[in-house]
Amino acid sequence: MSTAALCSDRVLLNDWHVVADLANLSVGAPFHTRLLGVDITIHCRGRYNKEVVRDDTGALVTSTKRYGFLWACLGKPERDIVFVPEAEEGDRYLVTGGSIAVKVSGLRMVENFLDMGHFPFVHTGWLGDEPHTEVAPYKVELTAADELVATECKFYQPVASPTAKGGFVVDYIYKVTRPYTVALYKSNPVQKDRLDVITLFVQPVDEDNCVAHPFLAYLKDGIDEAGIRSFMQLIFAQDKPILENQVPRRLPLDPRAETPIRADAVAVLYRRWLRDKPVTYGAIPARM
Amino acid sequence: MLDLAKSRWHPIAAAHDLPLRHVFHGQLLGREFAVWRADDGYVNIWENRCLHRGVRLSIGINDGRELKCQYHGWRYSNRTAGCTYIPAHPADAPARTITNRTFAAIERYGLVWSAEEPQGEVPEVAGLAEGRLLALRGIPVNAPADVVAARLKGYRFQPSGRIDGSAAKVAVEAASTFSVVLRSSEADATTLAVFFVQPVDSNRSVIRGVLDGQVEGAARLAVLRHHNELLSRLRLAVEAEAAREPAPAPLEPVIERVSPELAEMPEESKHGRKATIRVEVARKWLAADGIAGFELRPIKGLLPTFQPGAHIDVHLPNGLIRQYSITNGPGESDSYVIGVKLERDSKGGSTCLHETVREGDVLAISEPRNNFPLRRDSVKTIFIAGGIGITPLLAMAQALNNQNLVHELHYFAQNEAQLAFPEKTSTLGASLKPHLGLSPDQTGAKLREILSGYGPDKHVYLCGPGPMLEAARHIAAEMGWPETAVHFEYFKNTNVIDDSTSFEVALARSCMTLTVPAGKTILEVMRDAGIDMPSSCEQGACGTCLATVIEGEPDHQDVYLNDAERKSGTKIMTCVSRAKSARLVLDL
Repeated sequence: MSTAALCSDRVLLNDWHVVADLANLSVGAPFHTRLLGVDITIHCRGRYNKEVVRDDTGALVTSTKRYGFLWACLGKPERDIVFVPEAEEGDRYLVTGGSIAVKVSGLRMVENFLDMGHFPFVHTGWLGDEPHTEVAPYKVELTAADELVATECKFYQPVASPTAKGGFVVDYIYKVTRPYTVALYKSNPVQKDRLDVITLFVQPVDEDNCVAHPFLAYLKDGIDEAGIRSFMQLIFAQDKPILENQVPRRLPLDPRAETPIRADAVAVLYRRWLRDKPVTYGAIPARM
Repeated sequence: MLDLAKSRWHPIAAAHDLPLRHVFHGQLLGREFAVWRADDGYVNIWENRCLHRGVRLSIGINDGRELKCQYHGWRYSNRTAGCTYIPAHPADAPARTITNRTFAAIERYGLVWSAEEPQGEVPEVAGLAEGRLLALRGIPVNAPADVVAARLKGYRFQPSGRIDGSAAKVAVEAASTFSVVLRSSEADATTLAVFFVQPVDSNRSVIRGVLDGQVEGAARLAVLRHHNELLSRLRLAVEAEAAREPAPAPLEPVIERVSPELAEMPEESKHGRKATIRVEVARKWLAADGIAGFELRPIKGLLPTFQPGAHIDVHLPNGLIRQYSITNGPGESDSYVIGVKLERDSKGGSTCLHETVREGDVLAISEPRNNFPLRRDSVKTIFIAGGIGITPLLAMAQALNNQNLVHELHYFAQNEAQLAFPEKTSTLGASLKPHLGLSPDQTGAKLREILSGYGPDKHVYLCGPGPMLEAARHIAAEMGWPETAVHFEYFKNTNVIDDSTSFEVALARSCMTLTVPAGKTILEVMRDAGIDMPSSCEQGACGTCLATVIEGEPDHQDVYLNDAERKSGTKIMTCVSRAKSARLVLDL
């Protein structure tokens, strides 16, 4: 059934990936999806009994539940699921509920998530507004824990969050923890010294397709879950048509395939980091 | 077969597929195009992806002069496809080499033609008179082009004058791999129909039919319907035939890589004072009292992309080299228009242009350089022009006007007759504010009025005579404008240059130490040592020969840097400035 290329990147095969939002699964209704080019079916035999099965071999796939998602690993898990410390703080809403399918490589999706320059053009009136288009210099580094971190990111946003009243300059921190996982910390408009956290778990469906599963840990002050969810879905719906018009769909790792500017410092490092791992699934390898 | 197809001209759209401000998605031999007509009529056929992140430009915005990418707002100029503005970095002029790939475009027979590697001409069809034609709707077919063309030889239709008949005789007058010429006749009516088959991909084609003669009104509709029905039937038959064969693999056009320099986000390219472009004076006219306008057209090819604020070096017949700002609005890319004020008491540059250079003369010019870039992230931009200082600001005001960004252009002159380029300034509407015949004191008072009310995200751009610029900068500082919000360009450096010192210059990246003696400039000494350094005015006004200082104390003698930049001691204009310390280390 599947004609998609299969993955040979060990770092991806032996890692956990979200394959479904638990809220989308119902007892007795098999749920079909695909992970790294492999068609899989999720069988819900009861509230606590969920099985993930490969369609090609019928073999059982290692799976578990966390953060409101069902996770699967096609190989042998080499490390645990990404830890989100904010998920343990009692004064936050933990919201899932996007699962937005996008016809583009998940690596392009991650790169878009790391990008501030598109706010005034794609999220006009919400995360940015012309003429406030400048991306001020920020810091990027590769940490000892092999994570990419971008700090001191600032951007003027007219409606930065569901609770924002009027525009202000928002502080961002970005963190890429796995090739297909990226998190964003942004200043909370009410408690200015604390950060709202959005972690984006990207399901690599195949090389040219992904499903974005956002996981939001938002401070409860002055906001409800429905508001968070609808805001997030608005933002992702604005990104989707742009991402689906990227050519090619896979992320080119050749530095000469596209034209980076200073604002793309974190994306440049991300591509280099992928090249060094190496991650090839969803990417076009660099020509030497 | 593919090589042959690549070298031929193919129709990729009908002319009516390019209505005002639209971007059409075309495809030829697997390669996607963004096709758009600028307001000046020019048809642009570009690779369908933004150089930045690969987003299709066919979903971009055609503002009539430039194409703007939807993703990050990068703007690309009509004709050249050069990037003119990158919103994420409003203070910087984009590297001139950020240029999208363009393809040839020709309009003929109501169709738009292109080719990947064109050889020869667009096919001539005998009996098809330009202008008196009826272009049919393009019919997409899921089949290879040669299969479609072979089938079209058997296409039977009624002549336009006998559309209700049924006994037409149809003769094949000519046929090739990509076209079929048919003549249908019944009684006294005859119609020539030419069908061009556009190879969209290995297994996809579009039939583009053109009929001779014009038909109007209801008859036109009947003719269009007649062919639409017949061609749709032919389409079904061809697709059924093609489906019996295994589908050929889709073509994979090669997307060219960007230059290595662009991949690293480089410094501006380095070159000396070279006049690499030959232009013809297409028009010379009196743009205002004492100001001559010159329209410079390329002898061949296209002129390079310019940005508002950019200037060119003009090499004059008398050996002088002078700098003039490009006054063009965005997308006006078929010529450069400059304004030259007659200054009789100067060295003779303007006199030569006013009195010697005539229409039809050929001049050598440099590529445009932009050391006076325009930010477009201000909530309000104020332009203050004195006399001929209007030229760079005119280009800037037109750019902001085109993007509907708030701006005012204050234009100081002695009298109405001295206001240059009225045909351009009149397009600015109420944002143009002339101030005529003011004394120096009155000018000062007016500047105070204009510059009152500074707020964040406001910027002011100044260009005019030295004393007026000094006054305006002074007043701006008094009124609370930070230096970073005050941008200026002097015509010339009137400082008396002191070149009596002698010092050492170390070039960090070139691993070279040079001695600059009295009477020579850093620029000259570097040139003598074989270091290729760009320069333009060579008097400390234009900003082209800027270098970064790593160590040592510069002795600034230019008028390009602002006070904060001077104090920081990290930049130097190598054409006039020198060193106060015994040694200067430059990042070169």
